[in-house]
Amino acid sequence: MSDVVVATRGLTRRFGAQVAVDDVDLAVERGSVFGFLGPNGSGKSTLLRMLLGLLRPSAGSALVLGCEMPRDAERLRPSVGYMPQRFSLYEELTVEENLRFAGRVFGLFGRRLRDRLDAVLAEHELAPQRRKRAGALSGGWKQRLALSAAIVHEPKLLVLDEPTAGVDPQSRRAFWERLFELAATGTTILVSTHYMDEAVRCHRLCMLRDGRRAALGPPSALLHALRGRVVECRVEHIEAAIARLAGAPEVASITQLGDTAHVLLAPGAGPAEVAAETLRGRLEAAGFSGVSAAPGTAALEDVFVALMRGEQLETDAAGVAGGTP
Amino acid sequence: MTVRSSRARLALLRVAAVAHKELLQLVRDRLSLGFIVGIPSLQLLLFGYAINLDVRHIPTAVVDQSQTALSRKLIGELAATQTFTPSVAVRDEREAMRLLGASEVGAAIVIPPDLDRRLYRGRGAEISILADASNPTVAAAVAAAGEGLGALLASRAQPFVVPGQVSVALRPPPEDRARFGPEADAVREGSLRIAVVPFYNPERRTPVFIVPGLVGVILTMTMMLMTALAVVRERERGTFEFLIATPVRRSELMIGKVLPYLVVGQIQVAIVLTLGALIFDVPIRGSLVDLALGAGVFVAAMLTLGLVISAPARTQFQAVQMAFFFFLPSMLLSGFMFPFDAMPEPAQWIGSVLPLTHFLRIARGILLKGAPLSALLDEVAAIAVFGAVTLTLAVWTFTKRIG
Repeated sequence: MSDVVVATRGLTRRFGAQVAVDDVDLAVERGSVFGFLGPNGSGKSTLLRMLLGLLRPSAGSALVLGCEMPRDAERLRPSVGYMPQRFSLYEELTVEENLRFAGRVFGLFGRRLRDRLDAVLAEHELAPQRRKRAGALSGGWKQRLALSAAIVHEPKLLVLDEPTAGVDPQSRRAFWERLFELAATGTTILVSTHYMDEAVRCHRLCMLRDGRRAALGPPSALLHALRGRVVECRVEHIEAAIARLAGAPEVASITQLGDTAHVLLAPGAGPAEVAAETLRGRLEAAGFSGVSAAPGTAALEDVFVALMRGEQLETDAAGVAGGTP
Repeated sequence: MTVRSSRARLALLRVAAVAHKELLQLVRDRLSLGFIVGIPSLQLLLFGYAINLDVRHIPTAVVDQSQTALSRKLIGELAATQTFTPSVAVRDEREAMRLLGASEVGAAIVIPPDLDRRLYRGRGAEISILADASNPTVAAAVAAAGEGLGALLASRAQPFVVPGQVSVALRPPPEDRARFGPEADAVREGSLRIAVVPFYNPERRTPVFIVPGLVGVILTMTMMLMTALAVVRERERGTFEFLIATPVRRSELMIGKVLPYLVVGQIQVAIVLTLGALIFDVPIRGSLVDLALGAGVFVAAMLTLGLVISAPARTQFQAVQMAFFFFLPSMLLSGFMFPFDAMPEPAQWIGSVLPLTHFLRIARGILLKGAPLSALLDEVAAIAVFGAVTLTLAVWTFTKRIG
């Protein structure tokens, strides 16, 4: 594990009586895209800020790129790019002025600064907007600018706190493609999100619940832990059917996906095929017509829902949930 | 009717909702709440202390070239008016003028070497009171005291008063004659004139006094707010979080924030002085380079104070309130509006800490009295000490962390 660039042990942060981050152990490998998934208030931003040395931990330790946080925070800064949750560049400055400022505070100047500016402007297709004030940009362009500013100095570690909030799907997709390009060059990326479709793209994922690490591992392993736990029902009057099934003992959660009722089975509900039959029987007994029910595939959202319900997912070979980081 | 009354009820309901929300916001903003109580109390105390147009205890240089019983008696009489407080004895008028120029004294009493001789031989003698008239209020008080003493002497000395002049015939009453010794019989009627000589602003024009002071007042308000808001704005808009995650050090951030405003401050000085000279005919007697140097130190102190304010302020509104909290005593206790020497001692102590007090002396000294900056180094030093303390505080209270 010599290529671990971020390692935490027992990392904890309290705000008064409230524990925002509670005893989190992590290890992030170089060149990986490491995601933090959790609902609002689960401690994602607090955790990232502690890793950046912007918040002092109440307990525990964090070693980032060989720097002990927050003691060596200043030594770490030149190697890190940070894109806070809120747009945090200067709205009065143009795109180019913002990028030049970012480059200069990270110590770039002269030829190298010019080259890097041209490179990030080209990579993010910002060149046509370079003379536009940042405040006049739309959400997607602001996000591109913020990412450009965070990587203008080619950091070894890139920290992104909910970078795609309020951005359209196409821009989000393009954004993630750029992240993977960066990761391919050896940049380690820490990214927090509450979008499942984004979380599933990460190499590894840490799910947070009330500041505690609820699960850790590659998304595929997390999904694997829920194999055989999903049933999909089709039926006429689907809203009424969902209301009917919501209280059934086999059902952990049920939600509508288009014309389908997506059911996460309760842990003791037995094999999915059997549970599907049971659910179909329940609906038909209640007078619903046109019922079909079959095992389905788990989505990351199911993992999320299961964890938020307080379930401990079965650990498997990939080291999911509670396993060593 | 019912429609109208229910509309009115809805309007009242909405007004009440807005008022209630405002009240809640106010109560939650502890700092603003503090200012609601603090500002009236501070204002009352400051105004109560500072507004005193009855000028007393003007520090006064004494040039007693006569050194006789009579001269000492006259100085005693002048001190007894309580307008003058003899603070330093100097050899000649030149030295007295230097002290006036440096604002170390507000007046100087000059007694000629031949005072007794001239009086006793009936030739008439003159005491001069040199007054710093740059402050019209002080100048008026000195003139009044001089005239008052003239009248007092007249009442004691079987006088004939020459109307319009501060002039009396001096012939001591019989019981006093013994004090003049054997020469008493020789005393003939002679006249003692007390001449008040106003310097720097002889016509006692208010703009001449106010405009140089305004330079300082305007710089105090704008410079302090510039840096305070510059930092708080970064926090409010979220740019702070990006900034503190960069390798920029605290001291680099502070110096970088202060530098542009040093130039802005000089531009403000130039604007006020140009308008003052063109519109109000305010003289510029000293060196503008000296003034720029003095203003530079003062502006730097105000900018660093702004940085100190920015540390506890969470919103720009709070920063403005805190700036006001400092601005008020600066206006009232610095000698900008009310004579510094007329304030009670505790108010003078507070005033002495404020940079504006010292900058006013620098600005008036250079502009009105033509004093060189080298004569005002004490004032520069006082501002520099304040600036050093606020800079230390600013660096100390500023953290590159959140929460």
